[in-house]
Amino acid sequence: MAKRFPLRLNISQGRVDMTHGSGGRAMAQLIEELFVRHLDNPLLRQANDQALFEVPAGRLVISTDGHVISPLFFPGGDIGSLAVHGTINDVAMSGAQPLYLAAGFILEEGFPLADLERVVASMSSAAVKAGVPVVTGDTKVVEKGKGDGIFITTTGIGRVPEGVNISGDRARPGDAILLSGTIGDHGVAIMSSRENLEFETSIASDSAALHTLVAEMVAVVPGIHCLRDPTRGGLATTLNELAQQSAVGMLLREAAIPVHPQVNAACELLGLDPLYVANEGKLVCICAKPDAARLLEVMRAHPLGRGASIIGEVVGDSHGFVQMETGFGGSRVVDWLTGEQLPRIC
Amino acid sequence: MKYVDEFRQQSLARRLASAIAAEVEPDRRYHLMEFCGGHTHAIFRYGVQDLMPDNVRFVHGPGCPVCVLPIGRIDNAIHLVEAQDVILCTYGDLLRVPAGGKKSLLKVKAAGGDVRMVYSTQDALRIAHEHPGRQVVFFAIGFETTTPPTAVAIKQAQAERLENFSVFCNHVLTPAAIQNILESPEVRELGGVSIDGFFGPSHVSSVIGSRPYEFFAEEYQKPVVIAGFEPLDVMQSALMLVRQINAGRHEVENEYTRVVTREGNLKAQRLVAEVLELRRSFEWRGLGMVPYSALRIKQAYAQFDAEQRFEIPASKAEDVKGCECPAILRGAKRPSDCQLFGTLCTPENPMGSCMVSSEGACAAYWSYGRFRRPATSPDAAA
Repeated sequence: MAKRFPLRLNISQGRVDMTHGSGGRAMAQLIEELFVRHLDNPLLRQANDQALFEVPAGRLVISTDGHVISPLFFPGGDIGSLAVHGTINDVAMSGAQPLYLAAGFILEEGFPLADLERVVASMSSAAVKAGVPVVTGDTKVVEKGKGDGIFITTTGIGRVPEGVNISGDRARPGDAILLSGTIGDHGVAIMSSRENLEFETSIASDSAALHTLVAEMVAVVPGIHCLRDPTRGGLATTLNELAQQSAVGMLLREAAIPVHPQVNAACELLGLDPLYVANEGKLVCICAKPDAARLLEVMRAHPLGRGASIIGEVVGDSHGFVQMETGFGGSRVVDWLTGEQLPRIC
Repeated sequence: MKYVDEFRQQSLARRLASAIAAEVEPDRRYHLMEFCGGHTHAIFRYGVQDLMPDNVRFVHGPGCPVCVLPIGRIDNAIHLVEAQDVILCTYGDLLRVPAGGKKSLLKVKAAGGDVRMVYSTQDALRIAHEHPGRQVVFFAIGFETTTPPTAVAIKQAQAERLENFSVFCNHVLTPAAIQNILESPEVRELGGVSIDGFFGPSHVSSVIGSRPYEFFAEEYQKPVVIAGFEPLDVMQSALMLVRQINAGRHEVENEYTRVVTREGNLKAQRLVAEVLELRRSFEWRGLGMVPYSALRIKQAYAQFDAEQRFEIPASKAEDVKGCECPAILRGAKRPSDCQLFGTLCTPENPMGSCMVSSEGACAAYWSYGRFRRPATSPDAAA
C-alpha cells in the first residue's frame, strides 16, 4: 500500500487536537498509526464503521461499561486494561464466553499521544491475553476542559452455554455465598495513587478478566444461581443488590471474608470499610449448598480464585437485609453504600 | 501495620462478656453514655451491644463534631462560597449536612461553588499557595483532637505570610458539653434520662489528658472511664464502669493507657493556647448555647480569622420540623423514637445531621442496627 501519510504521527511529543476527532485525514492517521497498529485483528482490519461476523447458535449477551478513572495509570493497571477487563467481566457474569469488544474513546484536546498510546497498547495486551479482540471503535475529541484526559466506553458480546441460567434474582434461602478472593485491592490501589492522598503501599489493583474462571465454574456446576463482580460500592453493595433482586436476606461471616492486611491497614487509616471498597478482579457466586464444595475446589485451582472462600449463606428475609456476624462476635446490618465513602474526621 | 486487629479478638471479647455478665447486679440497670461518635461507631460496627447483658445499655452522646454543628454555621460557610467567592476547604463529612433552604455544601459545589474536600489542613494551605489570587477558607470543625492541626496551619500561614488563607473556626470542647448534659433538666430530674457513667473520649483525651474530667466525676458523682475506640476497649471500659457503679465509686479511670496520660499532650495544649482562646458562648446543635464550650482565633492572629476577614450575616436557619437530632444528641431520645427516622430521613436523604456522619447515632442505627436479629450470643445471655 502506498504511504498515505507522508509524516508519521509524532507520538512521543504530540498531543490530541480537535482535528483528531474531525473525521478528516488527521483522524484517519490516528486510527491507522495508533489504534489499528496496536489493536490489530482481522475484524478491525475490515476498516468499516462496523465489524461483521458470523453469529453462533444459542443465546447472546451484550453489556456496556464506561470508564472514567482517575488517575489513568495506577499500580496493577490503567484505564485501558480496566476498560477491557470491566466489560469482559460484565459479560462473563452471565456465565457467557465473551466473543468481541467494541470501544468508544472520548479524548480531551491536549491529551498527550504518548499517554494515549500507552493506554491503547495496554488495552491491546489485555485483549490478547483474554482472547477477546476489540473489533470496532470510535473516537471523539472534546475541547480542553470538557473531559478528563480520556474516557473509554467498551461494549462486549458473549455466548451463554446451553443450560446456564445465571441471574441476580435466583438466590434462594439456603444457598451458599462464595467469594473468589481478597476484597478492596483495587480501591486501595487507586486511593494510594491519588495526588492528595498519596501513601505508600505495595497493593496493586486486582484488575483482571474473570471469564476463564467463570468458564471452569460453569463447566462443573452449570446450575450456578448468581454471579456478579463487586466493583463500585464493593462487596457490601453487590450483595445488597442481589438480596433485593432475589427478595432474600443474607448472613455473612466477617471472619470468612478475605482482606489483604495492607488493605485493612490502609482502610483503617482512612476510616474506610473494605466491604465498600471497589474490586475489579473478584466475583461473588451464589449456588445451591450441595454445589458449594465442588465450586470452591475449582475456584481455588484457578489463579484468579486462589483465595476463594464461602463467606455466608442466603436466608429468608422479607426486608432483604444483608447481616453479618462480626469477627468480634456481635452482629450488624451491612447496608448499601451511601454517597461516596468519605474519610472520617476524628 | 500492627494494632489493626489486636483489639478486636473474639476470644477476648467473649471473656470480657462473661466477666461483665458475672459482675452486673441482676436487678440493677446500667446506662452508660458514650460521649464520642467514635465509640458509637465501634459499638455498632462490631455488634458490641450483642455481647452485653440486657441490663447494660449504651446511651449515645453528642460527641460527633458534624452532628453538633448548628445549621447556621453551615449557612455561614455557604455564604462565604456564594457571596464572597472563596475556595472553601472542608472535611468530607460536612459536605452532605443539610443547611437552610434545602442547601448543602455538596449542592452548592454541584451548582458551581468552589468547595473542595480536603484530608488535612496541609491540603488547604497547599491550595492557598496554588491560588494566590483567590481567598481560601478552611472550615475547621472538631473537638480537641482536630484543634492542634488548625493551630499549626494558622501559625504556618503566618510564618509563610500567606495572605489569602483564613480559618472559619468551629472547634468545640468536650468537658463543657458533658457538664452541660449533666446540668440539663432531663438528666437532673428524677425519671428523666438516667446516665450512670461515661465512656470518656479517647482521641480527645490524648490531647487534653484525663484530668479535665475529674471535676465533674466528683461534682456530679458519675464515674468516667477514658476508653479507646476499639471494641475491646469499649468492653473493658464497660466492665470498669460496672465495677465503679456497683461499688458506689465515681472516679476518673483510664482504660486507654496506651495513649492517654493524666496531663495529656502538653506541647499540643501550648500550641492551641497560643493561637486560640475560649469563646464566651457557642451554639451546639441539641444543647443550645453552651458557655465556654468553643474556641476562637486570638486577636494576634485575627488576619487568619474568616469571621473577621469577611462579613458573615447571621443565619436564621432552623432545624427541620420533627427532627429529633437535638434530643438524640442529649441522649434523651433514641434514633428510632424519631418520626422521620427511616421514613423521610435516611442516609441518602438526611434531614438531620445525626444521619449524615458515620459517627452520628442515627446513621449508625440505620446502617448497622435496624431490624436487628435478637441477640444470639450465648455468652451475652449467660
